[in-house]
Amino acid sequence: MEQVFKVQAGNFVQAGEASGNIKKLLRQLGIDSNIVRRIAIASYEAEMNIVIHSCGGTLKLVISPYDVLLIAEDTGPGIADIELAMQEGYSTAPEVARELGFGAGMGLANIKRCADRFDIVSSAGQNTILSVYFRIKAR
Amino acid sequence: MNIADIKEILSAKMLVCKETEREILCACGSDLMSDVLAYVKEQAVLLTGLTNPHVIRTAEMLDVWAIVFVRGKMPTNDILDMASERNIAVMTTNYTLYEACGRLYKTGLPPCGIV
Repeated sequence: MEQVFKVQAGNFVQAGEASGNIKKLLRQLGIDSNIVRRIAIASYEAEMNIVIHSCGGTLKLVISPYDVLLIAEDTGPGIADIELAMQEGYSTAPEVARELGFGAGMGLANIKRCADRFDIVSSAGQNTILSVYFRIKAR
Repeated sequence: MNIADIKEILSAKMLVCKETEREILCACGSDLMSDVLAYVKEQAVLLTGLTNPHVIRTAEMLDVWAIVFVRGKMPTNDILDMASERNIAVMTTNYTLYEACGRLYKTGLPPCGIV
């Protein structure tokens, strides 16, 4: 099963809507609530990153009976130094995001903490693809 | 401790609540949703001075069951509607964030640990 949610850059009113729908969908599928919670946190962080930092993108959810793959992909402007972006406390978020309680530089590290596997591909001037994998059942 | 107990301890005004008997296991006081997302556990109460829809969204993702707005802050009706749809209790207290947290802590409600 596959579902794609569009995420608009700079739209702080809609931000979180996709992750709310993702959480609802996973709950309806009867996935363990602790795993649903971890996926929802990662998804919300990834969605906020697209809203705050990118030119827009999508959240794609690929669900199998064994695992859930969340792919957050944007259309740029890319991350020049991924290692630095992963560092807790490092943030380039603008004032508008900080006023809403975001931009503390916890996002990527928190997504990694929630995930069973985490992969990020990006560079300056390119799109960013974040793949976050969750096991939902032992094979 | 349940949601009704928290209302009592904080002399709070309940704005939204469907189940006052829901059991709350821990508490967190913060205006930084990034931090809240990084370490708050489920079945928690979140105390904050921030009143925007992302407080409700954050609570929704984390399975936070109750939000206390401090310093008498009143969220707008659309925020209360969002909370109601998600079955998240919302109350407001005149205590500051520091004092509200202190009062709950004193009764034995533990902080949310690192996930």
